[in-house]
Amino acid sequence: MSDRHRERDLSVYVHVPFCAVRCGYCDFNTYTATELGGGGSQAEYPSHAMAEMDLTLADDRAAGYDYDRVGTVFFGGGTPTLLPADELVAMLAHLRGLIPLAEGAEVSTEANPDSVTEESLQQLADGGITRVSFGMQSAVRSVLRTLGRTHDPERVPQAVAWAREAGLDVSLDLIYGTPGETLADVETSVKAALACGVDHMSAYSLIIEGNTAMARQLRRGELEAPDPDDMADKYELVDDLASADGLTWYEVSNWARTPAQRSRHNLAYWRGSDWWGIGPGAHRHRDGLRSWNVKHPSRYATTLAEGALPVADSEQVSSQDRLVERIMLELRIIDGLAVDEVPEQTRPMLEVHRERGHLDADALAAGRAVLTREGRLLADAVIRDLVP
Amino acid sequence: MTPRIAADEARDILPASTPQERLRNFCIIAHIDHGKSTLADRMLQITGVVDERAMRAQYLDRMDIERERGITVKSQAVRMPWQVDGTNYALNMIDTPGHVDFTYEVSRSLAACEGAILLVDAAQGIEAQTLANLYLAMENDLTIIPVLNKIDLPGAEPEKYAAEIGQLVGVEPDQVLRVSGKTGVGVEDLLDHVVRTLPSPTGEPDAPCRAMIFDSVYDTYRGVVTYIRVIDGYLKSRDRIDMMSTGAHHELLEIGVSSPEPHKTPGIGPGEVGYLITGVKDVRQSKVGDTITTSIRGATEALEGYADPKPMVYSGLFPIDGSDYPVLRDALDKLKLNDAALNYEPETSTALGFGFRVGFLGLLHLEIIRERLEREFNLDLISTAPSVVYQVVMEDGTEIEVLNPSDFPEGKVREISEPMTKATILVPSEFIGSVMELCQSKRGNLGGMDYLSEDRVELRYTLPLAEIVFDFFDQLKSKTRGYASLDYDISGSQVADLVKVDMLLQSEPVDAFSAIVHREKAYSYGVEMAGKLKKLIPRQQFEVPIQAAIGARIIARENIRAMRKDVLSKCYGGDISRKRKLLEKQKEGKKRMKNIGSVEVPQEAFIAALSSDDGDMPKDSKKK
Repeated sequence: MSDRHRERDLSVYVHVPFCAVRCGYCDFNTYTATELGGGGSQAEYPSHAMAEMDLTLADDRAAGYDYDRVGTVFFGGGTPTLLPADELVAMLAHLRGLIPLAEGAEVSTEANPDSVTEESLQQLADGGITRVSFGMQSAVRSVLRTLGRTHDPERVPQAVAWAREAGLDVSLDLIYGTPGETLADVETSVKAALACGVDHMSAYSLIIEGNTAMARQLRRGELEAPDPDDMADKYELVDDLASADGLTWYEVSNWARTPAQRSRHNLAYWRGSDWWGIGPGAHRHRDGLRSWNVKHPSRYATTLAEGALPVADSEQVSSQDRLVERIMLELRIIDGLAVDEVPEQTRPMLEVHRERGHLDADALAAGRAVLTREGRLLADAVIRDLVP
Repeated sequence: MTPRIAADEARDILPASTPQERLRNFCIIAHIDHGKSTLADRMLQITGVVDERAMRAQYLDRMDIERERGITVKSQAVRMPWQVDGTNYALNMIDTPGHVDFTYEVSRSLAACEGAILLVDAAQGIEAQTLANLYLAMENDLTIIPVLNKIDLPGAEPEKYAAEIGQLVGVEPDQVLRVSGKTGVGVEDLLDHVVRTLPSPTGEPDAPCRAMIFDSVYDTYRGVVTYIRVIDGYLKSRDRIDMMSTGAHHELLEIGVSSPEPHKTPGIGPGEVGYLITGVKDVRQSKVGDTITTSIRGATEALEGYADPKPMVYSGLFPIDGSDYPVLRDALDKLKLNDAALNYEPETSTALGFGFRVGFLGLLHLEIIRERLEREFNLDLISTAPSVVYQVVMEDGTEIEVLNPSDFPEGKVREISEPMTKATILVPSEFIGSVMELCQSKRGNLGGMDYLSEDRVELRYTLPLAEIVFDFFDQLKSKTRGYASLDYDISGSQVADLVKVDMLLQSEPVDAFSAIVHREKAYSYGVEMAGKLKKLIPRQQFEVPIQAAIGARIIARENIRAMRKDVLSKCYGGDISRKRKLLEKQKEGKKRMKNIGSVEVPQEAFIAALSSDDGDMPKDSKKK
């Protein structure tokens, strides 16, 4: 059983659950207090994460999974760069001590433009980090304010320049559809991002989750609810501007200059690889077994201190679920989904969606279901029609 | 309160041997919530047939629905002993259904009585339906005892309403009795009055037996229980009986009287009221209004007044979950056992799937059946807009009866006629103008107007039944701040300029939304419906035109723009399970959609679009 997995790369996600401030739209598992009880504080976090790596390795081996190398690593959050650079580097080093990094491995970290310096970026690069993804969100001050972001937009080109000088690949994250944001604002932001000379960009439509500060503002009528047509206009604008700059979409919300510059870590998720999820609330996947950690850093810490994996719960993905996930994930990427992966009962829908202009006609003729731009905007509708 | 005679001591008024002059048969005519059931309870208690401990509040209303809504659908009879001036009498109280849809049943209950108590709430005055039933009772030559109830209420205005009903019945205001069913005040006097003023029955004891069925109830354990009033002759426990309308023979398994629990008796004599059981399982075999006679030496001529109940309002009932269709079918089969007026046939709708076209006596009947189906059988139903029965004559002379707008014929139509009603509206005089305006807009014709008192008016209109079943009552209520009460009776038909309006989604007609309307209203119906559908149907992956059409002619249109965005922007490692589950949930939701062509319409849209006229009947037309 483990042969198949030995030759495959492992991906590792490390969740750093701390932020300087919580943004109004954020529903991630993150904490702004630096001192959390029960050993869950920021300062003690790296040692817990490393302990979890040790236990995870042992758990894999006990189950007959023995990975040869780590293909991608991703420090996400939260704000990983709130931790001193040497701690991120130390965690990476610990991981490499357990499983070697593949040659040319992609090691990314998320960062806030104002949580990095020229020095810290250099330190990260020296320590083996290869890629940094900045949460730029917007270049327009009023939009940043609505989002509750504290950075100065002029800080972004500066941070990008430092990162590039340090030899890091850089990606910028944008959010469009913030209440009050105009099409012109979106244009300003995308152009500002592209002007930094990045080779990778992600753009997400703002989703106001139920338990966020923004959702409360919306309910009180202080913000206007996002309009799906407006969102669609903005998405198309992002895509137009990115394309004009030479970036190509490779996933619904991601653009890269060349295939080599796509995020391999994220592609690993979408292609159903195995990955570790280190840190509070992180998700892990191993051969159809999904598990996820307890969310609170204190509980996370105390469980690890007892020598146990801090797993909250797990599920075994059935073959039926797996099929659904394949359709759901692969259809969102540029390679699309092989037509023979689509169950026979829903296969006729492929033609319907080609006629409606949601699937690329040439690709379909060649045996793959690939979304058109119109189709990308309706991806969930297409997916629903294709899952059995 | 001590009863004047114990129920079992009244040897001279035993069933089958009580002389007619010792019998009094009466019913109570009252609007719902004017306290009929409470008064009846009090009578049962005062006459000693039900003791206080066994007293279930509102003993006579057995069905939960009836109790909850305060209405009585099924009547029953109770025999009560009562003594006046040292003489024992047997009183039969016949409980009448109080509703407009059940006029025929009411008329049969009235025909079983010699007198009626007209019971009016001393704080509210008479209502239209009570008035209608009063007229019916007067036409049946019943002796009326006018009574004001709830005189203990702080808001009671006995003087005012005594004058009002005195004028209606033709007595002086001081002759109107005053009672409180709640406290019992005046109830003994009322019973004395029943004995003294109501005529006793005058049937022929020696003639062949003729008994009229005034109610017929299905009981799970005993089969159909038939309530009868013997007019002439005797019915004995060993008799074989015939139903005169069908000629069917039945063996009598049991005969008796209720007081109020059933007691077997050796028979039922002339003028008496009782029940019988034959073992039949369907109330259709024991029809209200039919005459029962003995198989041997039976009567040759039936009693007058028998009619087959005829559905006036039709509606399609469809299970929201298509797999509930067999449950709906079985449920209707069961309800039918107890409801001779209920009839139905399978109907297939392209929009709503498999269901039944169900005929009802009226909107209240519809609502009661629907509610029972949902409550007792756990069904979730969609009902289509109620429609009436149209007679369509084609150019070539063929006549077609249209029960369902989707069956409206395609070809050249010569004329269409629609059923008409005679409607009575009672309303405070300040609302005369708005009521007239409303009736005008509903194609009504004023037949007459009378002042019941200084500030209450009776308006008489002829109105198309279709307008009444549409949204007339709701509008009447809102235009009169709830003060108006309505009663109507089917009366003839008229030729009218009617057309069928179809609603089309992406050029596909949606049968559930077709309606037959007056030509002048077709346009506004089309515009309103198209607008409503536009709001209710979610955007699809493509543009959806909505059209209203008369035949091939489009009279209104709307457009649902194509949905442009339906995608979650993020789907990373931790999102996958959640997203998959969300997708599965959405997929489940999709299964609950009905497909009209390729347009997915949520059930809720059908329900909302069809509920414009949610058909509230005059069940709560009381003053606020």
